Amino acid sequence: MNIFGIIVRSLRQHALSTAVTAASVALAGGLLLTVWVVKTQSQAAFTGVNAGFDAVLGARGSKLQLVLNSIFDLEASPGNVAWQDVLDIQNNPAVELTVPIAVGDNYHGWRIVGTTPDLFLKNEYAPGKSFELRPGGNWFDPARRSAVVGSFVAEKMKLKVGDKFHPFHGLVFDEQKQHAETYVVVGVLQPSNTPADRVIWIPLEGVQRMSGHSPDAGTEVSAVLVKLKAGSALAGFQLDTFYNKQGTRLTFAWPIGRVIAELFDKIGWFDRVLTLVAWLVALVATSSILASIYNSMSERRRELAILRALGAHRATVFLTIVLEAAAISALGVVAGFGIYAALISAVSQIIRAQTGVVLEPFTFNPVMLWEPAAFIALGALAGIIPAIKAYRTDVAQNLTPQS
Amino acid sequence: MINTSSSLVQIGNLQKSFPAPDGARHRVVDVAEFSLAAGAQLAMAGESGSGKTTFLNLIAGILKPDAGVIRFNDSVISEFSEPQRDRFRAQNIGYIFQTFNLLQGYTCLENVLLGMSFGHGADPVFAENLLQRVGLGDRLHHRPAQLSTGQQQRVAVARALANRPKLVLADEPTGNLDRKNSRAALALIREACRETGAALLLVSHDAEVLGQFADTQDFSKINQAAVAEAVA
Repeated sequence: MNIFGIIVRSLRQHALSTAVTAASVALAGGLLLTVWVVKTQSQAAFTGVNAGFDAVLGARGSKLQLVLNSIFDLEASPGNVAWQDVLDIQNNPAVELTVPIAVGDNYHGWRIVGTTPDLFLKNEYAPGKSFELRPGGNWFDPARRSAVVGSFVAEKMKLKVGDKFHPFHGLVFDEQKQHAETYVVVGVLQPSNTPADRVIWIPLEGVQRMSGHSPDAGTEVSAVLVKLKAGSALAGFQLDTFYNKQGTRLTFAWPIGRVIAELFDKIGWFDRVLTLVAWLVALVATSSILASIYNSMSERRRELAILRALGAHRATVFLTIVLEAAAISALGVVAGFGIYAALISAVSQIIRAQTGVVLEPFTFNPVMLWEPAAFIALGALAGIIPAIKAYRTDVAQNLTPQS
Repeated sequence: MINTSSSLVQIGNLQKSFPAPDGARHRVVDVAEFSLAAGAQLAMAGESGSGKTTFLNLIAGILKPDAGVIRFNDSVISEFSEPQRDRFRAQNIGYIFQTFNLLQGYTCLENVLLGMSFGHGADPVFAENLLQRVGLGDRLHHRPAQLSTGQQQRVAVARALANRPKLVLADEPTGNLDRKNSRAALALIREACRETGAALLLVSHDAEVLGQFADTQDFSKINQAAVAEAVA
């Protein structure tokens, strides 16, 4: 029976208050871990997503909106780009690849994007990674009403090769706005863990010439995805100057990662508020450790006096209480990882469903080391006040009545 | 063979006072001279409030005297620091209380082992032997609340002997027991001390308990604080 045995016994003796206090620490810990991991992972994931392109050329407007619309398949298009502008940037000697895209239709809320086969055949969406089809599928034929379906849409809408569907007009599903054209699914993408998984891809002309679309749509696109030649970083500056500073009609969003990073800078206050809330919850949880142990000190005075009478030093008794508080915190921290696992799984699912971006919540993050250390230290700190009370326990007075 | 002629405990001019509610200091113990031989068994008579528990607490090192000397063999424990007194108590003195003072969350065996852990270290085999010796071999894993008061006092006896002490202090050890259990507990304490060679200093106000000892002293006669109070 050593000091740790005494602590374990005390935790068992006060099992209910131990469980309740540890649960509050677990909640705080789980919340803090989730906020932190979502913040760091989503920032890394979103700024790392560029679909393999360096820039986006679009109508004059917000760079962020342009990137969100064309890379993340979120938001509405800020406007259209004339076909001549597509050709101009295509012919720029610093440009390796351009892929025009056209948006404006959906299938039961899932975005339909018109593009060229180059997106799949000439582009790597991440270094060394190209889009692949599930067995039995083909890329769409630009001359036919054919579609390649992203893996997430295929799973949610139960679409497979050979299925037919009618697109709906607009980015928001309205069953009254069904287009007359019928498209055939010719392929389903393998999961890429990118926003492309949430899109139905059809030939560019399909969107441009869809019944009910403006006649101008036939000669315009929503945006152009631009890949610069390797080693032509200067070209990015030149095109940035050309389109954004000298020109007035178009916006050149470059580099894509920086545009998204600016978004995170703008919403940084939200992260800070969430983190602050998590720390406040941690503070409340550690205060509850203090309160529960402090309140139990009256009933434990005799027990402490007996330990002292048996030869335990004041310092041993002090340390026992501090370590007991730290142990409650440690129990909470362990349970907090369970809460984290549940929370992060749910949040990851939501983020994936809403954006197509996949977080990897179970990969190592430094917060998984410093959060337990900080919480256990806070717990130990909370134990100091009751430990002082234990330290001051008068042995003779609490052992037996004076005679 | 125990050498009862050599003094285990020697006390000189021992004083202890406590603050009274009016702020003045109230002297509780004032013993000019006291000694206890190694292996001796001494019963000390004293009424409630006579300061005998304080006297035992001073010998045990739980309290530090205001003045005077407590010598234990060659050690002057009255000059020890508190941690030194704690260690000394754990290794040399067993204490049996009127209210047993067992830890309710621990089993009989754990109560004895806990006593050992602050002294010479836990020895489960010896702890079990002690509990068997006091007749609780079949109650090792029972908690105090599951035992009768007589059995609880027997656990307290086993715990007091756990560190093979040179001195056992017993403060009204039969005060909470009925007559039958009182006799049995007293016999056990005396026998166990004799077997281990530990000296026994027992305080009680029970005439029947005191009557069983060949060697008795009236604490109120050696405690000058009590004498002064009586005169006043």
